[in-house]
Amino acid sequence: MPEQNMQGQAEQKKRQPLFHMIKRNSLPLWHSVAIRAAAILLAFVFTGILTLLFTGKDPIRIAAIMFDGAFGNSLRTWVTFQNVAVLLCISLALTPAFKMRFWNTGGEGQVLIGCLATATCMFTLGGKLPDWLLIMIMTVAAIGAGILWGLIPAIFKARFGANETLFTLMMNYIAIQFVEFFLKVADKSGSNTVGPNLLSHGWIPALFGEKYLLNILLVAVLTVLMYIYLKYSKHGYEISVVGESENTARYIGVNVKRVILRTMALSGGICGFVGLMLVGATSHSIDTNLAGGYGFTGIMVAWLAQFNPLVMTFASLLIVFLQRGAGEVSTVAGLNQSFSDIVTGILLFFIIGCEFFIRYQLIPNREHKFFAKKQTQEEQVQ
Amino acid sequence: MNEAYALEMKGVSKHFGDIKANRNVNLTLRRGEILALLGENGSGKTTLMNMICGIYFPDEGEIYIDGKPVVIASPVDAFRYKIGMVHQHFKLVDIFTAAENIALGMQDEGKYDIREISARVKEISSRYGFDIDPDKKIYDMSVSEKQTVEIIKVLYRGADILILDEPTAVLTPQEATKLFSVVRRMRDAGKSIIIITHKLHEVLSISDRVAILRKGEYITTVNTAETTESELTELMVGKKVELNIDRSDPLTDLPRLELRHISCTGPEGLPLLRDVNLHVCSGEILGIAGIAGSGQRELLESIAGLVRLDKGEIIYHNPKTGKVCDLRDHTPVQIREMGVRLSFVPEDRLGMGLVGNMDIVDNMMLRSYRHGHGVFLDRKNPADLADRIIGDLQVATPGPHTAVRKLSGGNVQKVLVGREIAAAPIVLMTAYPVRGLDINSSYMIYRLLNEQKQKGVAVIFVGEDIDVLLALCDRVAVLCGGAVSGILDARTATKEQVGYLMTHSEGENRHA
Amino acid sequence: MNIVIAFLHRAILQGTPLLFGSTGEIITEKSGNLNLGIPGIMYIGAISGVIGGFFYQNSTISVNPFLAIFIPLLCSLVGSLLASLLYCFLTITLRANQNVTGLALTTFGIGFGNFFGGSLIKLSGADVPSIALTRVAKVFKTSLPFAKQLGIFGELFLNYGFMVYLAIILAVIAAFVLNKTRIGLHLRAVGENPATADAAGINVTKYRYCATCIGGMIAGLGGLYYVMDYTNGVWSNNGFGDRGWLAIALVIFAIWRPALAIPASYLFGGLYILDNYLHVSMQLQPILQMLPYVVTVVVLVLISIRKKRENQPPASLGLNYFREER
Repeated sequence: MPEQNMQGQAEQKKRQPLFHMIKRNSLPLWHSVAIRAAAILLAFVFTGILTLLFTGKDPIRIAAIMFDGAFGNSLRTWVTFQNVAVLLCISLALTPAFKMRFWNTGGEGQVLIGCLATATCMFTLGGKLPDWLLIMIMTVAAIGAGILWGLIPAIFKARFGANETLFTLMMNYIAIQFVEFFLKVADKSGSNTVGPNLLSHGWIPALFGEKYLLNILLVAVLTVLMYIYLKYSKHGYEISVVGESENTARYIGVNVKRVILRTMALSGGICGFVGLMLVGATSHSIDTNLAGGYGFTGIMVAWLAQFNPLVMTFASLLIVFLQRGAGEVSTVAGLNQSFSDIVTGILLFFIIGCEFFIRYQLIPNREHKFFAKKQTQEEQVQ
Repeated sequence: MNEAYALEMKGVSKHFGDIKANRNVNLTLRRGEILALLGENGSGKTTLMNMICGIYFPDEGEIYIDGKPVVIASPVDAFRYKIGMVHQHFKLVDIFTAAENIALGMQDEGKYDIREISARVKEISSRYGFDIDPDKKIYDMSVSEKQTVEIIKVLYRGADILILDEPTAVLTPQEATKLFSVVRRMRDAGKSIIIITHKLHEVLSISDRVAILRKGEYITTVNTAETTESELTELMVGKKVELNIDRSDPLTDLPRLELRHISCTGPEGLPLLRDVNLHVCSGEILGIAGIAGSGQRELLESIAGLVRLDKGEIIYHNPKTGKVCDLRDHTPVQIREMGVRLSFVPEDRLGMGLVGNMDIVDNMMLRSYRHGHGVFLDRKNPADLADRIIGDLQVATPGPHTAVRKLSGGNVQKVLVGREIAAAPIVLMTAYPVRGLDINSSYMIYRLLNEQKQKGVAVIFVGEDIDVLLALCDRVAVLCGGAVSGILDARTATKEQVGYLMTHSEGENRHA
Repeated sequence: MNIVIAFLHRAILQGTPLLFGSTGEIITEKSGNLNLGIPGIMYIGAISGVIGGFFYQNSTISVNPFLAIFIPLLCSLVGSLLASLLYCFLTITLRANQNVTGLALTTFGIGFGNFFGGSLIKLSGADVPSIALTRVAKVFKTSLPFAKQLGIFGELFLNYGFMVYLAIILAVIAAFVLNKTRIGLHLRAVGENPATADAAGINVTKYRYCATCIGGMIAGLGGLYYVMDYTNGVWSNNGFGDRGWLAIALVIFAIWRPALAIPASYLFGGLYILDNYLHVSMQLQPILQMLPYVVTVVVLVLISIRKKRENQPPASLGLNYFREER
């Protein structure tokens, strides 16, 4: 009998996992910051080795090139901050939706449709109206178009429960084709971009002669406003409640459908605003790649920053720095520019992976034979 | 060894955190018998059974099958030892047919042929007298059909030990009768069956022996033929425990809230409330007793405006204006705008009453955040309230900005009850307010409810511990199967009376 | 008449990468994983095959037909497998958010494809002007020699490289396995209700890993077909375009049924090139190209309005499973 029991226990040990996984209740702030910092550091080491393999340059030289690419001269610095502003702004736009657990994967399309609305106004009304009036119309059109693009999936989600991840995703490509349509109509030569020569009116004035400055400042203001909106406004509070528990929202009498529609209108509207600034203030041109995939990168930034606008600023800076730095490295080494996407991807993988260690705790299973063996070894040594 | 039991548990214990779900339980199951496992809510019946079928692993103790010690570390192990359990919450894939659900997880045999499985299902059905269409989708099935699928699933796997967790809770009396005849036929075919239940008349009519658990502890096992209903009740509820709760006399007998003939139906089409008539007076505590799932939640949620009623009226007597209004078909916000001061401590504290990831201050304003004009939140008053509640109710927390999810159960409840009382209610509804709380926290909640009563608030207290209900409340209404089976004066009623009403609705009385 | 045949022929050529992609994604989604990394995986599958083919073609003068297929195919499968494993590890083992992980994988995968596509020659130090795997591609494109002589029938049904048929075969197998086998039953249960599957003794983790990896490898073949057959072995950066997302749209359009995905992908393929045949003005081209996405949205809305249970996305799509989380 006892023998059988021993057998049973051995069998049980054999099948037990190496680690027990436990959801963490709480983690000191510095601890979670340290885990993320370690992940970023690891990602840098990893990509550093990769770069070394591809380019044969030593790591310090690579770092210098990267820094040069991002901040090497005043234009590069401006472009870097402009890109940070755009990425940050899209992340800010997506945040309220995500906080409500509404997976808005349609940022790219909402930005593009804002670009399209702006460009259409500039193209059709340019020269016929005073610029100030045109700019006002552009603003209304761009933000309105973004709102529309955000509201369509939201209506079907609220009313019928249509899967919003897939719906918003599809809306991106519909927007891209609309832009394509505009390009073909506006420029009969079949070029795939419509430039400043055709969009010559309704330029949003540059501040102090720096065309990126206004955009950067507006996004900085928006960051603060979004922080306040989410944290201190009644709307922000409702968003949190709906996101955390629809049952609680019901209990306190929140109209969940209305919150979904309102929040997606806000999300789309800000994306539309990004489109306005991209076309009206900085590029004065439009093509299907104007949002540059930031509509998707913004999703990851917002998620990884845990919806905190201030952390998002840092995350955007990190990603843009890496992209521009890696871009410069590949230029110097004569390699393809897409190297920066690989580097971005690797960084994201590391950060995504490290979240696990923030949310869960691994406890080594002492009974597992792996550890048991170690113990006996230790005993033998003693 | 020739007298080996089909199943034996020796000294089995299981705890979750600080809560001891099972302590040193011994259980025996013979071959070809029906064993009833009897106990109140929270007495650890389901936890114990989950250890037999591999969902939980015991902290201490041994399990023997046919006299041999076994380790059941996963549901797969349980199948291997021919143990099958029919859970209270069915584990079925909705868009699959009955046959597909039955085939799920089966690894043996060569070719997968759903028609062959259907045929075998039909064969099993006819052998034991089930009535089931193997090709019907689960989402088209009634509750009793789903249960049948679960039972056939277990039989299909060749289980010799069947565990049925409160099988009749979801059935009509006719369906229950049918189920029992099937269960008897399974016993006669040599299967060993454990039925979890709290309905005494069922225990007496179906089982061969009865094992009783109370508060996680094994009490005894008796032969059904040698016992009586009153003996079982006593074993199940235990001796009356003297609770030191101060109880003042009710202030008035003025009805504050009246429920007239309210009924509602669940999503499955099953009636959840059946023609309930109740009233609660200003300055009294009305207790609601009943087995879990007898309609308590729907009762409170229908008053709070969260459940749509099929019929009936919810009449509120406004003490300020003296006016009378019907709350039925109004949303929570509308009810508040009608000037009804209704506070509600729901059963699901972190899933409904509070938001776990928010701090105490933010949880304070869940109901009041709309106050004031402007678009911004006023955190000043909620912060003051949070400080006051933390101080007055001795909430153990690092500070008012700690997420409530991180607090212990008792402190979570203090935060919730504190907030609801701070709204100066006229009617206060509480669902299982002391569940999972330690003695001191429980007594604090009792004290708070008594204070409210003395202020003239009409208090509704849904509880599970009969001792508490009888010691705290003025009247106790007992629910059984969604209907009121009796209203007792808590000062004179006995524990057995309550226990009896909990398990006997009027219809079932006649039936038994 | 000839133009109709030519159109149908090209629609099938166009639809084939979509069919690979959607078959792979259907298998993946049936397990409950919403792998938005599929567009990236298709790039990885394509470039891995290209790298294999590139080194093989540059190493030999006479191309052995067997090796010309085997090497790129194997490289492609290994590339997609590794990418899928990464996704599985992050979402299943580390329980990361599926959408975020998928999008990161797509960013990575497209970058990976374009980077090696653009830098392969420099990195390998080969002495060729561009990546043109014409000799390898010729093998991939080989169709039955007598197909052309069989008139319309031959042109429409027989005049393709083997991968066109492989796509159909894989979709049919997937349909069969999902609906008619025990493995398929278990897989669907995992995607519908992992807790129930777990209680029935099905290893949820194993099924999700396998389905996602197999799905990823099939999708990767779509990328391989595109470079090796459709573009005659000529890699051009971003040439694959938005076909990966079209494949994901197709999954919805085909309401998660691989058998339906076969005609649906040819329909999408046809819509993709319809403008060339309709002689519409150039401006209207994008409107036609938009159609696949618009009809997908319409299908998505219709299934959510009609609420027919069989047509819904797998119930636990996008959700990670953790047994202890109750």
